[in-house]
Order: sequence, then C-alpha cells, then structure tokens
Amino acid sequence: MSVRRLAKDQPASFEFSAETLKTAQWWIAKYPAERRQSAVIPILWLVQKQEGWVCEPAIRAIADLLGMPVIRVLEVVTFYTMFQLEPVGQVAFVQLCGTTPCMLCGANDLKKVLHDRIGPKNHLSADGKFSWEEVECLGACSNAPMAAINDYYYEDLTPESLGQILDEFAAGKQPKPGSRIGRGASEPKGAIKTLLDPKLYDGSAGKKIKIPNLPEKPKAAKTAETPA
Amino acid sequence: MVGILQDKDRIFTNLYGLQDWGLEGAKKRGCWNGTKDMLDAGPAWIIDNIKNSGLRGRGGAGFGTGLKWSFMPKEAKPGRPHYLVVNADESEPGTCKDREIMRHDPHLLIEGCLIASFAMQAHACYIYIRGEYVREREVLEAAIKQAYEARLIGKNNVNGWDFDLYVHHGAGAYICGEETALLESLEGKKGQPRLKPPFPAGAGLYGCPTTVNNVESIAVAGTILRRGAGWFAGFGRPNNTGTKLFCVSGHVNLPCNVEEAMSIPFRQLIEDHCGGVRGGWENLKAVIPGGSSVPMIPAEQCEDLFMDFDALRELKSGLGTAAVIVMDKDTDLVRAIARLSYFYKHESCGQCTPCREGTGWMWRVMERMATGEADMKEIDTLLDVTTQVEGHTICALGDAAAWPIQGLFRHFRHEVEDRITSYRAGKPHVAGATLIAAE
Repeated sequence: MSVRRLAKDQPASFEFSAETLKTAQWWIAKYPAERRQSAVIPILWLVQKQEGWVCEPAIRAIADLLGMPVIRVLEVVTFYTMFQLEPVGQVAFVQLCGTTPCMLCGANDLKKVLHDRIGPKNHLSADGKFSWEEVECLGACSNAPMAAINDYYYEDLTPESLGQILDEFAAGKQPKPGSRIGRGASEPKGAIKTLLDPKLYDGSAGKKIKIPNLPEKPKAAKTAETPA
Repeated sequence: MVGILQDKDRIFTNLYGLQDWGLEGAKKRGCWNGTKDMLDAGPAWIIDNIKNSGLRGRGGAGFGTGLKWSFMPKEAKPGRPHYLVVNADESEPGTCKDREIMRHDPHLLIEGCLIASFAMQAHACYIYIRGEYVREREVLEAAIKQAYEARLIGKNNVNGWDFDLYVHHGAGAYICGEETALLESLEGKKGQPRLKPPFPAGAGLYGCPTTVNNVESIAVAGTILRRGAGWFAGFGRPNNTGTKLFCVSGHVNLPCNVEEAMSIPFRQLIEDHCGGVRGGWENLKAVIPGGSSVPMIPAEQCEDLFMDFDALRELKSGLGTAAVIVMDKDTDLVRAIARLSYFYKHESCGQCTPCREGTGWMWRVMERMATGEADMKEIDTLLDVTTQVEGHTICALGDAAAWPIQGLFRHFRHEVEDRITSYRAGKPHVAGATLIAAE
C-alpha cells in the first residue's frame, strides 16, 4: 500500500468547467440510473485534467454531483495512485516506469536524468514547470524503458532521447509520443517477419463465408476446412 | 518459415498497427464476417464451440473460457440483467498484449464482446481499461462509435441482439486486474477484492450475474467461430490449444509482441522472433515466463521448454499471461526480484493483513538481500514468511508476491548466499572492532 494524503495547501473553492460537466454527464449516462457512483473514477480523472490535480473542494463537489458521501470519494482518491493530490509540473509531468522489465532495460539511468534535470522525485521543479515520479508497470514492456509524459507514452528511451524530449517540452513544443528508436509499435525493430502475407490484406477475408460447424451439420469436432 | 504459425492462421492481423484499425480495414481483414450467422445458431452452439476449441482464459489463470461462460444462468431474471465485463486492466509487469489489441484491432474485441454477451444473454458489457492507457481508450471509444453508427451494436442492430458496449477506466491500481476488485472499482469503490463465493456468475456487477474475461480471450472468440473450433484446437499440445500473443521483454535483441502457436518451444520463440538472447543463447541466465507473478526458471530448464500452461506448471512456474521477461548473465537477479517485491508492496490493497504487512516485510528483507547486508539465517525466515502469506489472503496477490521470491531461492539461492558472504568478508563483526584493533 502507499500512504497518500491530501495536500496541506488547498484552494478555497472549485468549479466544474462547462466542458467537464458535460463529459461528466456523458460518463454518468453509461451506468444504470441508480448506480451513478460508478462514474466516480472517470469524473475524478476529468477534474484532474481540468485542474492538473485533485483538490479537496473538488472532492466535495464530486460527492454532491454523484450523490455519494464525501468519505467514499476520499477513499477512492487516496486509493488510486493516478490521482495527483499535489500540483504537478504544468509543462511536463513525467511518470517513469521503474518496474523490473523497464529496470532491466535501463530505467535507472533515466531516473538519474530526471533527477539531474528536474530535481528529486515527487517535487515540482524550481520554476514549477516540471515534475516527475516513478510509477509501477505501465504495460508497454516490449518497448522498455518508457515513460508517460502528460498522459502519452514515450517508449524505447535512452538518457539522451529522454533529455531531448525534456528539451522540447521546455521549448514549448509537444514532442510526438511513441517509440524513440523508430518503431511504429511493438514490432521487432527493422525485422518484421510475420504478418507479411498480402492475402491477409487484399480483402479476400472480407468476402462472404459459410460459418463452419453450424447446428444442422453433424457436430463432430472434425478439423474444419479453412474457408476460401 | 519463421516460428510455427503461418500468417494465414494469425488472428491479430494488425498487431503492429501497420493497417487501418477502423471498421473498413477490420472488415477487410475478416472481422464482423458472418457474425449474424453465429448469433443465429444460438448461445448453446457458441458456448459448445468455444469449449471444443479448448480456449483457456488468456488473463493468467488459464481457466476454460467456454466452461466459464456456461456457469452463467441460462435466462436473465427480471431485474437481474446479465453483464459481461472485459478485463483490460493490463498491469502485470511484462504484459503488453491487450494494449496492441485495443489500439490496433479494436473491432475484433468489439465483435467478441457482442458474441460473448449474446452467449451469456447479456445486453450490456463494460470494458474496464486501465487509466494509463489514454491513447488506447481513445481508439477504442472511436471504434465503438463506428460500430454503433454501422448498427453492428446498439439497440435494433443488424446482428439481432440488443447490445450496449461501454468503456470504463481505472486509475492505476494493479489489484483491479483481479476480477472482483475490478467489479468493486467499476461500482465506484476502492478496488478491494471480494470474498468468493458468491462467484461473479451468481452475484457480480451490481449484484447481478456477471462474467469477467480477459481482452484476448474475448477478442479471439469471433475468429474461432468463423474458422471452426477444430482449426483453433489444431495448434499446440492437447489441453493447451490455440494461438497466443507472447510479449517478450528484457534482454533480447528485438523485444516484441508476437502471435504464435501455443506450445512453441521457448528457444524457437526467442530466436525466430526476438533476434535471440542478447549476447547469444549461452548468455541466458533466467526467464520469468508468464509475467512477474510466476516464479523464474533458470537457463538450463529453457533448452527444451514448451511455452504452454502444463509444461510450465511442471516446472513449478506458469504461463500466466505469456509475458516473457528474459534475463541475461549480466542481470542482478536479486535486485530484479527485490524490485518486484517493491511492486507488490506498492500494489497491495491493504485488505488482508498477511499481504498488507507481508509484502512490505518481504520487500525490506529483499532489499537487504540485494545489497548483501542480510543475515544468512534470514533466507529461511524469508521463505517461511512467503509460505505464510501465500494462500492466506482473499485474492491471489499474496501468492503473486510470494512466488517470485520462492522462484529466486529455488534456483539461485547460492547467489544470495555468496553476496551475503562477500559483504561480510572483511567487515568487522562487532561495531567498533576495527577501531579497537587499530589502537
């Protein structure tokens, strides 16, 4: 478990923006009417997108919106580690994956880069523009080491390429997410040996087929012929 | 030919995202083909065929998917609707397959949701995607919108089964990958696992009959029915059939995701698809074959290893999610496992005492093992504690925290012992002894 508490300095009030409220209603509509509480995580997330972090007045506002006790929202917000309970870097908030698959591929070197460039983890940089934290597995292990910066994944990082990404953010640019060594996704770099058969993509698979083993046929588990 | 599986038999034909993920592209690749015919054949036919295909759940436990579906009540009672919940909270370290399905082949998943929901007489399905997958969620939402617009799903759709599909997201809790914790989270609560029984098929989401399945298990359903249970059952060894997405990470030359036949020999998987182990096959030290929760196996057991549920269980490990973490001879195994111990300490939900206290305790001892400053007799104490955490918690996170440590000591105990010995060597055994000796 991780111990998480609300920030000491809290703003006096919180207002949903019109857009947040509209999206919140869209979320609420996904669940049965008497189960509005289900929307609490997505709505906390929207609030975090709006404010950059989750403050105490916002927690009360969400409890009102969903008709649930404040303590239940507080429980949720302190349980789930994606909710930031303190302000984070406004230009770039780096969440570096430090779990074993990334660690094996050099995440510790990246930590040093972040430490040197931004400062200690979980603290805002001096200008308030940057902050970073170490997070647990982000589920992009074939593209390790990686970091999520402002929601999007930057993969196959090296200390140099991470430094470049930080430079770009500092210069006001939005670096393109994805692999930094030229991979499109999680394919073997420069050596794709599968999924090359042109027949997969020429539309022949989309032609009308007869589903095998349909009920009127004998249901023996014979090997079905591949439909043409 | 590379590997065992031929291109024509791959289910995830857009695994690498080189083609259009949208509805048009997906249809061209065979998705949504004949879906109505499958639904017309009835729920029992679908469940029978999934059973015959031998599909075992792809989320880690390897429970028969068709059998799981058959546990649901046959008819929905008034006021107790059925639900399908898709577990897309992919957070097991090493695992990165569902992500590729959701961002590159989302229509296979959507089609699978419709088929599985119909088979279990559910009119609503929630896909619970982990909060960090923002891009994947955007693609999935867009794909669902396409499916609604094409009237493939929704009320009065062309497939003849009223069906609503919703995306829900989490917020960074590994434990929500456990099915009952996921349901709690979906209900807007802390993700703490529920006691079983009652099982979700009896009382799940909102107290209604629910089945929770992994993304991959659901996404393969359409293609299995389209090509026949026998086709799917033709790959792999008996009881371990089908094709499987393998996620290879760590010390290989070309880490990647790849769809292969189940029971592919480990060495062939690594050498054909992943460019071999960094520094050559001889440089292999150990492998975690199924995501961080399964015990590691040493290189000598990898020579003739089949990558399937049963072969790995015989080695006291497991296929899990088929997330292969390869470690070469430069790896500090103790440090690697200590980091996993930190992971479990961080992700314990805090509900059961053995896990809440035990994961932290095990992590602190593992950290000292990693530096060597632990005491030799602490090794046995640690192993004793792992057995006291294992099996004494509501969910399997306690087991998952214990197994990597047990795996390390089963095969590499000598490494830890050497480290402790060399740390001690040359150090005073009594505080201040050096000072006294120097006087």
